[in-house]
Amino acid sequence: MSILIDEKTPVIVQGFTGQIGTFHAKEMMEYGTHVVGGVTPGKGGATHLGRPVFNTVKEAVDVTGAQASIIFVPAPFAADSIMEAADAGIRYCVAITDGIPAQDMIRVKRYMLRYKAEKSMRLTGPNCAGTISPGKAMMGIMPGHIYIKGAVGIVGRSGTLGYEAASQMKALGIGVTTSVGIGGDPINGSSFKDILELFQDDPETKAIMMIGEIGGPQEAEAAHFVKENMKKPVVGYIAGLTAPKGRRMGHAGAIISAFGESAAEKVEILQECGVTVAPSPAELGTTMAQVLKKVS
Amino acid sequence: MDIHEYQAKEILKDFGVAIPAGGLAYSPEQAVYRAKEIGGEKWVVKAQIHSGARGKAGGIKVCSNDHDIWEVADDLLGKRLVTHQTGPRGKVVHRLYIEAATGIEREIYLGFVLDRQSERVMVVASGEGGMEIEEIAVKRPQSILRQSVEPAVGMQDFQCREIAFGLGLPAAIISQAVTTIQGCYRAFRDLDATMAEINPLVVTKDGRLLALDAKMAFDDSALFRHASVSELRDKSQEDPREMAAADRGLSYVGLDGNIGCIINGAGLAMATMDMIKHAGGEPANFLDIGGGASPERTAKAFNLVLSDDKVQAILVNIFAGINRCDWVAEGVVQAVKKTELKIPLVVRLSGTNVEEGRKILKDSSLPIIMAETLADAADKAVAAWKQATGKA
Repeated sequence: MSILIDEKTPVIVQGFTGQIGTFHAKEMMEYGTHVVGGVTPGKGGATHLGRPVFNTVKEAVDVTGAQASIIFVPAPFAADSIMEAADAGIRYCVAITDGIPAQDMIRVKRYMLRYKAEKSMRLTGPNCAGTISPGKAMMGIMPGHIYIKGAVGIVGRSGTLGYEAASQMKALGIGVTTSVGIGGDPINGSSFKDILELFQDDPETKAIMMIGEIGGPQEAEAAHFVKENMKKPVVGYIAGLTAPKGRRMGHAGAIISAFGESAAEKVEILQECGVTVAPSPAELGTTMAQVLKKVS
Repeated sequence: MDIHEYQAKEILKDFGVAIPAGGLAYSPEQAVYRAKEIGGEKWVVKAQIHSGARGKAGGIKVCSNDHDIWEVADDLLGKRLVTHQTGPRGKVVHRLYIEAATGIEREIYLGFVLDRQSERVMVVASGEGGMEIEEIAVKRPQSILRQSVEPAVGMQDFQCREIAFGLGLPAAIISQAVTTIQGCYRAFRDLDATMAEINPLVVTKDGRLLALDAKMAFDDSALFRHASVSELRDKSQEDPREMAAADRGLSYVGLDGNIGCIINGAGLAMATMDMIKHAGGEPANFLDIGGGASPERTAKAFNLVLSDDKVQAILVNIFAGINRCDWVAEGVVQAVKKTELKIPLVVRLSGTNVEEGRKILKDSSLPIIMAETLADAADKAVAAWKQATGKA
C-alpha cells in the first residue's frame, strides 16, 4: 500500500491550461497518474491534453468523480482555489504554488474546518514538490525516476533535499512507499505529525525518513508524537545548522524566531524522542540502511 | 518587509492608535524646525533605522533646546548604528523622527504575531514594557498575557478587555485600550503584517495611552495587494547584495565564510552549507537559484556570489529534476567563461541526465573540479579553498 494516492486515485489539475499546469499534468500522466480532467475558469467545455476542462471544481467532481486535486494556480488566487476544492468534495489536495500570503493560509485552514471528518479535505503544501507513490502515481513536480518502489515513507519540507534523500536511498537499493512534501511555508496544510500518523497506519511502510529544517514548532511536535505513538523507526535530519537567527533562508517558514527553532535545538529534541538523526545530509541513505537492518 | 518607526506610527494612527506629535527630518535645520512646529519644551530625536534597541546604540536622545537638537541631529545623520539586531555592519541613519517628549506613568508591551503553533494571529501583552519581549519571556514570563484571534470573526472586544484588565489598567482608559488593541489588529489584518509591536505603549502622567515606539513587518508574499505598503520600502536599510538578488528572482543571504554557494532549492542549499561546515569550512552565503537553474540565472548567481570579496572558492550543487543536468552544465560553462572565474570551482550535478552533464563540464576543458556526491562536493570545496589560500 501507499498513503494518500495510488494508480486508481482520480486526479484533477487546477490551473490545468496554464503553462506550468500543462507541463506537469503531462509529466504526471506519463508517470501513470489517473488524471481525469482539469479546471480553468472560463475555459470549461474545452479539451486539453485529451482531458475535459471545467469552469468549476464542483462541475469537475460531478462529471469525473475526481477525489484529488493538484493546484498550479498563481499565488494571489491559490487560497481561493484550495477552498473551492474543499467545498466541492475533493478529499486530497496538493498545493504546489509558492508565495501564498500567510493570512490567506490562516483563512484556508479555518475554512477547511467547516466540513465533517468524513467529508473533509486533506491538504499538503503549499510551496511543496508534491506527493509520489513510486510506480503508482505522482501528484507533483518531482522527477519520478529518482524514486523506486519500496518500504520507506518520506516526509519533508524541501523539494530538492527530498530528491537528494530519495536518490541516496535508491543508490543503496532502498525504495519508497510514498514521499510527501509538506512545503516550506510557515502555515501549511499538513504537519510532519499528520503525515507520520498516516505512515504509522500503512502496513507496507516499515520506516520513515523525516526531513525538517529551521523555523516553526512542527519538527518538535512530530518528535513527541514519535516518542509517544510511533511503532516504526524514524530517521531524521534538520537542515540549517549554519543558519543565523532571524534571517529567512529561502523558504518563507525557514527563519529562527523563537527558542527551540534552530537546527541544533531541533536535533536535540529529535534525539531525545528516539529519532535516529543522520549525522550529515550526505548520510541520509546510509543511516536509513542501518535502521532498516535492525527492523528486518 | 520592514518599515521605519515613523511609518508604522502613521499607519497605526490611521487605525485609531494615539501617538505623540512628531515629524520627520533629513537635516539638522529641519530637525530644529520640526521641534518648533511640534511645540513644547522637550523633544526626542530618534534615528530611523530598521532595528530595535536603538536607544542602547545611542540612536535616541532627549533634547530641551534648539542647540542640542541641532547637535544631536548633526551627529546622528549619516552615522552607522550597530545594534544586536543589525549585525556587525550596522545600518546608516538617513532620517530622523522628532517627537514631543512624554511624561510616562507606566510602560506596557503590546505585540501581534502570526503564531505558527495555533496558525492564528496572536496578541501578546505584558505590563513589563520597555524591555524586549525575549527578555520579558526570560525574566517575567508570568507577566505575559496572550489572546488568539479566531480568523472567521476577527478580534473581539472582550478579548481586548481581558488584556486591558489583565494589565491592571485603570477603568478610565479601558475603552481607549480596546480601541488601541483593535486598531493594531485591524492594521495587522488589513495590511497583511507578519509582526506589529508597540513597545512601549505608555500610560501618560495625564492618564492617556500613547504608542511611544512602533514596529511593523509585512508579508512579502502579500505585497502585490498593498501598493501603499510597498511604497514604504527603504532600500538604504537593506543589504545591497540581498536586494540585487531579490530583484533577479534569487534568494540570497550573506554570511561570514569564504566558500560561495550556488544551489537549487532552499532545503538543499541549507543542507549543502551544513555539509561545508561538517567538512571544516564556512559558507559565504545562502543562495537558492530556484527550480529553474537556467543559464541566465546561473550566470546571475555567479556574478552575485563573486561580488562578495570574501569568497575564495565556489561550490555549485544542482539537483536537476525537470531541468536536465546537461542544460544546467551548459549554464555553468557559460557563466565561468563570462565571469573569467579565477578562484576554484567545485560542481556537483545530480538527477536527470547526470552523465551528459558531467561530460559537458569535462569537455569544456575549464578547470572545474567535479564531485560525485554531496560529501565529496563539500570535501573538495573545502580542500580547494584551503589550497588556494595556503591553509592546506
